[in-house]
Amino acid sequence: MNAQVILGQLLVGLINGSFYAMMSLGLAIVFGLLGIANIAQGAFYMMGAFFSWMLLRWLGAGYFPALILVPLIVGAIGMVIERLLLRRIYRLDHMYGLLLTFGILTFIQGLFVWLFATAGRPYPVPAELRGGFDLGFMFMPTYRAWVVAASLTFCLATWLVIEKTPLGRTLRAATENPSLTRAFGVNVPALMTFGFGVGVALAGAAGLLAAPIYSVSPLMGGDLVIVVFAVVVIGGMGSILGSIVTSLTLGVLEGLARVVYPQGANMVIFVIMIAVLLVRPAGLFGRQP
Amino acid sequence: MNRGRLSQAVLARAGWAALIAALMVAPWLFYPLFLVKVLCYAMFACAFNLLLGTCGLMSFGHAAFFGAAAYIAGHAAKVWGLPFEAALLCAVAGASLLGAVFGYISIRRQGIYFAMITLALAQLTYFLALQLPFTHAEDGLTGIPRGKVLGLLSLDNNVVLYYTTAVIFLAAFGLVHVILNSTFGQVVRAVRDNETRAVSLGFEVNRFKLLAFTLSAAIAGLAGANKAIAFKLATLVDVHWSTSGNVVLMTLLGGLGTLFGPVAGAVIFVTLENYLADSGLPVQLVIGAIFIGCILLFRRGVVGEIEHLLKR
Repeated sequence: MNAQVILGQLLVGLINGSFYAMMSLGLAIVFGLLGIANIAQGAFYMMGAFFSWMLLRWLGAGYFPALILVPLIVGAIGMVIERLLLRRIYRLDHMYGLLLTFGILTFIQGLFVWLFATAGRPYPVPAELRGGFDLGFMFMPTYRAWVVAASLTFCLATWLVIEKTPLGRTLRAATENPSLTRAFGVNVPALMTFGFGVGVALAGAAGLLAAPIYSVSPLMGGDLVIVVFAVVVIGGMGSILGSIVTSLTLGVLEGLARVVYPQGANMVIFVIMIAVLLVRPAGLFGRQP
Repeated sequence: MNRGRLSQAVLARAGWAALIAALMVAPWLFYPLFLVKVLCYAMFACAFNLLLGTCGLMSFGHAAFFGAAAYIAGHAAKVWGLPFEAALLCAVAGASLLGAVFGYISIRRQGIYFAMITLALAQLTYFLALQLPFTHAEDGLTGIPRGKVLGLLSLDNNVVLYYTTAVIFLAAFGLVHVILNSTFGQVVRAVRDNETRAVSLGFEVNRFKLLAFTLSAAIAGLAGANKAIAFKLATLVDVHWSTSGNVVLMTLLGGLGTLFGPVAGAVIFVTLENYLADSGLPVQLVIGAIFIGCILLFRRGVVGEIEHLLKR
């Protein structure tokens, strides 16, 4: 086995890790604000990939316009879903949120399977990001480097907005204590709609970034979101930077496993989850059990 | 209050009588194999509901036990050539063991995290089923022999198969009923309602939760094993997360936490699935829509609604 193969798999791991990071960051925002473990995140990821494909195929809008349009479209759909459906169950046990979003995931997946069948559709790498460059020790395909850079930018931008801006302060306040925030005259329900939009837009953006690497298919999100759930159990949803670091690390470990024991690679994160639960039941960055 | 309790007891007794009568008559009215499927899923939903109703723990990974037991029963009957009863026993033992391990890991967290952990553990089981040699990956285990019940009557006769399944179902259903009404059931419910108080009363809470989890896994396994042998088939669908979701939907349709709810839910679900398979409508789409509708408009479920009406 040569170093090229190992580094290649680690890079794939890093890319998957950045998808996990965007997905789990979106999950954490939504869980913090709405108290919903949004399993439909997988459907929004899939829609992100599909809308990119539709924009290209039907409207001729390429990758870079899609980079702006897709998160907006997916976020808008998310906000409509929040207004129409999620809003009705906030007063109930958190369990109903998981059940409702599970229904939404099944519905959206079913819709896309019905419309497009399950076969994967290729999405071309944009011309500007084709090719690669030689790092001396390995050949780096430009698009893969771009994906890691772009998703980290998305994550860090979200982190900066949440931690450093007035909007982020309000969001954090509403997460911490919604009724008190409301008493200060903040429109918390609107904020929740917005927060859900941002959370699922991150998934949509991840879907767009993933489209040229994995083919676009209706079932691409369902399995991913389960892995991301395991990532969230490992890292906890309390700390944004913590969840980004956990996601990237787990992605790389998964890549490493693909080198050492390819058959077991898709189980690695679950096994790590078990180990973490046995040693630290609250998760690596979790506060309460 | 008194009237409510009385009518509930009457309802329960009427429910039992209706259930047994329906089980006796059913094969003359419906296709026996369809009924076998209903009973297997009803057992599965009862197992899920046992954990939810007693511990308040909603598992999103019960397909792991259902599917693992299906594979074990299939392998035992086909490759080892074990008789029907022994194959079921092996499968239940396997599912209980898996349940004990998964329970030990997942009861460390509660609520939403518990659901996420069970979902992840079930996905691990799914990937194992994809890799292990004896499951035959995408092809699944096919041509599982049904064998004979008690070494006498051939289960290849669908009516014999139906009545055998009905007896197994009644045993499992009765067991759930007994567990719910036992001291153990009361302790676990006390844990669900106020864990801190149960701890202060000296109960080893996690041990009770683990036992409830293992029992639930064992019954889910019995359902999966019975299904595998009846349909001569164990596939990846049995361990897939959509199966975990389906059992949640069945229980929800019938009524979360009610005794007869899971049975009613399984009847509705299997009927619906059969109808959808013939209609050419997109199954997942419709199931998703029903899921959403149930959560928003019909949270009590069929049996839950009836109980609610009678209580008023």
